[in-house]
Amino acid sequence: MAFFEMAKTAILTTLKRPSTRRYPAVPAKVTPLSRGKVVIDPARCISCGMCMKKCPSGAICVVKDEKTWSIDRLKCVVCNCCVDVCPVHCLTMETGYSPSMTRHQGVEVIPITYVKPERPPRKEPDEKGGQDS
Amino acid sequence: MSRRIIVPFGPQHPVLPEPIHLDLVLQDERVVEAIPSIGYVHRGLETLVAKREFPEYVYIAERTCGICSFIHGMTYCQAVEQVMNLEVPDRALFLRTIWSEYSRMHSHLLWLGLFADALGFENLFMASWKLREFVLDVLEETTGGRVIQGSCKVGGVRRDIPGETLDRMVSDLSCFERDLKELAHVFLRDESIIARTRGVGVLSRDDAYYMGAMGPTARGSGVAIDLRETGYAAYGKMNFRPVVEMDGDCYSRCAVRMKEVIASVDLIRQAAGKIPEGEIEVKPKGNPDGECFSRAEQPRGELVHYIKGDGSRHLVRSRIRTPTLTNLPPLVKMLGGCELADVPVIVLSIDPCIGCMER
Repeated sequence: MAFFEMAKTAILTTLKRPSTRRYPAVPAKVTPLSRGKVVIDPARCISCGMCMKKCPSGAICVVKDEKTWSIDRLKCVVCNCCVDVCPVHCLTMETGYSPSMTRHQGVEVIPITYVKPERPPRKEPDEKGGQDS
Repeated sequence: MSRRIIVPFGPQHPVLPEPIHLDLVLQDERVVEAIPSIGYVHRGLETLVAKREFPEYVYIAERTCGICSFIHGMTYCQAVEQVMNLEVPDRALFLRTIWSEYSRMHSHLLWLGLFADALGFENLFMASWKLREFVLDVLEETTGGRVIQGSCKVGGVRRDIPGETLDRMVSDLSCFERDLKELAHVFLRDESIIARTRGVGVLSRDDAYYMGAMGPTARGSGVAIDLRETGYAAYGKMNFRPVVEMDGDCYSRCAVRMKEVIASVDLIRQAAGKIPEGEIEVKPKGNPDGECFSRAEQPRGELVHYIKGDGSRHLVRSRIRTPTLTNLPPLVKMLGGCELADVPVIVLSIDPCIGCMER
């Protein structure tokens, strides 16, 4: 049993610099793995819909006919699942959080600009069955 | 004899981080009986299991609780792995152990801060949460999330901790442990804390055992139950003994948690020393067909996940039993006969996690 057990720590704390950051003057601490928000590269998305299918909170919607990729930032739980399953790696996780909002600004709709590359014309087999003389 | 009155306590109360309602039957300032009512934050997470595929349900299982999220995810994965007979690689098991212990430290330090706050010891509250920040930084650096780690998956873990990061984590622990021991000194020896907690909310060993108390609530009453002794994940390869206190009062429960944080530091050191090289996951083949109970030690006690699959991608049933539910009957017992001013301290001493309890 003792009195003023905290006194030493309290006095040392007053002499030290603050433990917290003066945000937003000093940027928030992030690490390379930090999950902030999902961003898409619309030029690479092939509209396969895997992210929509696997999203546990149903925040992503891919409309193939309209070529749009949309996300509801208030529904997204930033679990990284879509980034993991994307077959063409067009989704990435940014370390910065999406900004806070005072009212629901609706779903963020992003037009997909991916253009399927044309296949090179198939070589017609020779009439002789490919046996060149 | 004065007449009895009923004072409502909660669901919104400054000392409660989450909503639970207690009807306190008082005679003068003394509590004669406490009647709890729950159900304010039920979210129906167990029903979602039929709507999500079993690998994706890990994300939902993790979000059952905002504090011990990693252990929820891990217990669910253990259940699925047991049904599917998956052999999880050793490295993944060790990584799970390390993250479990970090989340235990973060949960206990959070609780210690809240407890100090309930006692009116603001300075100690800040000191505890400052130390917790160190743990959260490590979790964010290694998993990407501060409280929702999202690093457990069916068959292993999502990401590895590189060797040099692991070495740095272990070397940083010595500085952390020094600060932790200073904090423990205050929690265990300060006169004002002892005056508010010693002999308050006493739960006898027999009551704790027969009422099904779990975790630090049981261990504070001298019941040496700790599921880590069953050897799930990599705990079987660790040298580990549960922390037990005999008095059964609020001070004992506080002491158990404080000493467990220090024990967790030791467990992390052991795990980092023994972790083998190798794969971190195996790919699950097929779908779960069968049922299983999986148990793990949460910071608050025993966590049980039950799952049942029928061979499809969606599970048929999931059931989660959390330690707060089992600790409620002992809480009602502790509250009988206490002073009204001690109610916040006693309620907090079981570390109630209501969001987790009601799912």
